[in-house]
Amino acid sequence: MARLATDPLARLQAPSANTVAYAPCAHCGKDTPAPAETAQGPVFCCDGCATVARLLAASGLDDLTCRLSDEARPVLPSGRSYAELDTPEYHAAHVRRLADGSLESTVYLGDAHCAACVWLVEAVPRLHPGALETRLDLFRRLATVRWDPQRTTLSAIARVIDTLGYGVRPAKAGSDAALRQADDRRLLVRIAVAGATAGNVMLFAFALYSGALGEMSAAHERYFRWASLLVGVPGTLWPAMVFFRGALGSLRARRVHMDLPVAVAIAVGLVSGVVNTLRGTGEIYFDSLATLTFLLLAGRWATNRRAREAADAAARLLSLTPSQARRLRDDGQVDEVLAEALAAGDRVLVNAGEVIPCDGVVCDGSSAVDNAILTGESVPVDVGPESDVQAGSTNLARPLTVQVTRAGAETRMGRLMADVEALAARKAPMVLLADRWAARFVAAVLGTAVVAGIAWTLSAGATTAVEHVVALLVVTCPCALGLATPLAVNIAIGRAARAGLLIRGGDVLEAAALPRGARGRIYLDKTGTLTAGALRLTHHQSTPELDALVAEAEATTTHPIGRALVGALGTPARATGLVVTTTVGGGLRGTLPDGRDFAVGSPRFVGAVPALDAAALNTALEQLLAAGATPVVARLGEAVGLYGLTDEVRPEARAVLEQLAARGWQPGILSGDDPRVVAAVAQRLGLDPAHCRGALSPEAKAQGVSAARQDGPVIMVGDGVNDAAALAAATVGLAVHGGAEASLLAADAFSARPGLAPLEALVVGAGRTRDAIVRNLRLSSAYNAVGAALAVLGLMSPLMAAVLMPVSSLTVIAASMKARTFQDLGRGGAPAPGPAPQGAPA
Amino acid sequence: MNVLFVLIPLALVVAGGFLAAFIWSVRTGQLDDTDTPAIRMLTDDDGARPPGAPKAPGPRPGE
Repeated sequence: MARLATDPLARLQAPSANTVAYAPCAHCGKDTPAPAETAQGPVFCCDGCATVARLLAASGLDDLTCRLSDEARPVLPSGRSYAELDTPEYHAAHVRRLADGSLESTVYLGDAHCAACVWLVEAVPRLHPGALETRLDLFRRLATVRWDPQRTTLSAIARVIDTLGYGVRPAKAGSDAALRQADDRRLLVRIAVAGATAGNVMLFAFALYSGALGEMSAAHERYFRWASLLVGVPGTLWPAMVFFRGALGSLRARRVHMDLPVAVAIAVGLVSGVVNTLRGTGEIYFDSLATLTFLLLAGRWATNRRAREAADAAARLLSLTPSQARRLRDDGQVDEVLAEALAAGDRVLVNAGEVIPCDGVVCDGSSAVDNAILTGESVPVDVGPESDVQAGSTNLARPLTVQVTRAGAETRMGRLMADVEALAARKAPMVLLADRWAARFVAAVLGTAVVAGIAWTLSAGATTAVEHVVALLVVTCPCALGLATPLAVNIAIGRAARAGLLIRGGDVLEAAALPRGARGRIYLDKTGTLTAGALRLTHHQSTPELDALVAEAEATTTHPIGRALVGALGTPARATGLVVTTTVGGGLRGTLPDGRDFAVGSPRFVGAVPALDAAALNTALEQLLAAGATPVVARLGEAVGLYGLTDEVRPEARAVLEQLAARGWQPGILSGDDPRVVAAVAQRLGLDPAHCRGALSPEAKAQGVSAARQDGPVIMVGDGVNDAAALAAATVGLAVHGGAEASLLAADAFSARPGLAPLEALVVGAGRTRDAIVRNLRLSSAYNAVGAALAVLGLMSPLMAAVLMPVSSLTVIAASMKARTFQDLGRGGAPAPGPAPQGAPA
Repeated sequence: MNVLFVLIPLALVVAGGFLAAFIWSVRTGQLDDTDTPAIRMLTDDDGARPPGAPKAPGPRPGE
């Protein structure tokens, strides 16, 4: 007998007194959109749950559970036609033709979140005859659709997926995504070859070691040595090309890179092994070399994967930019087209709540637009006929008809994103800590080799000397050293990612960790990072009658200032009969039934004020502005009221900034906001006013960052496209919650959480990672010293080398996992403030 | 022990076969997504009908 997981009726019978109770999903228990009182029978939060529940009921299985993530939310179909997916432009850019004539394309399903979603999406071919295969990559939310063009179109399939509850968008990968994937695959193949070689050559080596301990016929010994050579040389040489290329590059750039000692060891070891096999006597190290290659390549692959995950996450967010535009035809019909396909002179319809897809001029309608994506300002701008609007801003209030002047890559936002990509690509690679150790390491090993070589030649002859020098070079090959950094970094980045802080690579972590005594600068964008991003009423000089009128008038708008006022003043108890007449220009005007005029808005909008109050009002206004608040004036006939709204700084801001200063990072502000407001915030937080500037354009911010880089590393924290150029110019760019796509492309790290917690987590975590890296480097150097000593004394053998290497690697792995980098981040955000670091040698 | 002279090449051929299989799986993109297959395992291939399929019973809840 089938039983559903929970009894829905039990929950419906106990609604809470004050709030609206929503019926819980009969399958998973989370809230559904249906209010509890009106729901009849079981209701579900999404089609996934509905389907699974019906399956359970129908087939009597009650041990199959829907694995929902924490973010389950009601999934509703949008009813769009997806016609833009059939356009030639889309097909040219995103559709591939396969050998059997079918077409394939990858789309982004932002709402896919659980295993039931995978099942539903992959079942689409059973629902729609022309769809051949739909494969969902759940964690990247990308669905690869393959269909028969003779029987159906992509838009039809997209409509089916939409009715299942998943909105479909074109998948916009970063420009080098295909290249990255090809590189990854090649690396995997190399690892496979190196691994297969290592395993087999190790087996041959076992035979040789056993033979050395006991007795082995000369024929067998020769056989195994030749087998080791024939398998080992090509199987190690080809995968190790990666290191040889890196070493050559390092030599050409005259900078020591970790690949150099690895390449030297492999080259010397292989040559000596071939010579000794041909001669018939002498040690061969093929097994150690093959294992070394395998381990180092695997470490490199794991590092690349992390970096790729972060880059992919940023690129996927590109898919969230609306790519669809509603073009008005001359006959009044509306076409859904790709935003990039718009041409100058086209007219598009933009509804309330939608993002404007192009740069243009409003030809019909009046509304307010949110330019936060471009200017960082949270205050909307009113627009009407003849107003300019820009791609990326959100239309807030009423539908607009916009005539296109620029579209796609030509828009201001498009050009800014292109600049950002160019800047990001030009970033000079950092000299990593491991590379500095590699320099000292190479010098030490070569020096020891020369000295030992001379000593042995003088005492025992050239042949023995060569043997010992080869042993020295092979055993000191930095396997553990080469793994030291990737391991510490990978584990740190993985933990940070689980806590919501995505870091692009290990070089970011090293840049964010200052050695003891060094100084750097952190620049913050005022809005949204230091402040809560929400306006609060902080100054209030008015009468209750005016309050009621203001609240009633502002209740009709979606403007943040209006919402803040309504929130502070409360919804009025009685309607006063106010009729609102105009709403454009920075405020509201209206008339009361008794004929009095009412106006509320910016001081300029409200205009002339009765003479008695003008002086007092001006003084109060000046005070308000000096405190950094936005003023709102209300006037009813002769009565005047003043309100001040402030975007409050976050409570933890001061403490976090002090902690960062203790680690050597001096904070400053580079903002596009009013300089008076910036100065007020700086004063409240105790920042050096010389480094806090407002009214900066995106270009000016980038210049400020570049100038500061002359004096040391710079961390830039921001959100919004207006920070993107500055983020790319900084040593480390951190994009925070609510950041625009360009911001995320340009950034080295990005956080899904708002506020300063991610910044603190990044800097503290980077410091701890640096400590872990140094610890690993010291450990592996110790092993190398032991190995070198044994080799120089002539006590090294291939067996000993084969044992020493895994032992040293395992030690480094264990040390990395025990390191407490990013570990106490949890779900809250910032780690507990710890003592200032002891610092690491530069 | 002279059988080793035959066995070793034979073993290498087998190893080569497995290596080829791995390379094939990489080239056909089977290792690009290593997370979703773990989740896909949870669904049954018993021919259960997703909503909207022919002969689906009744109206969909939530509408």
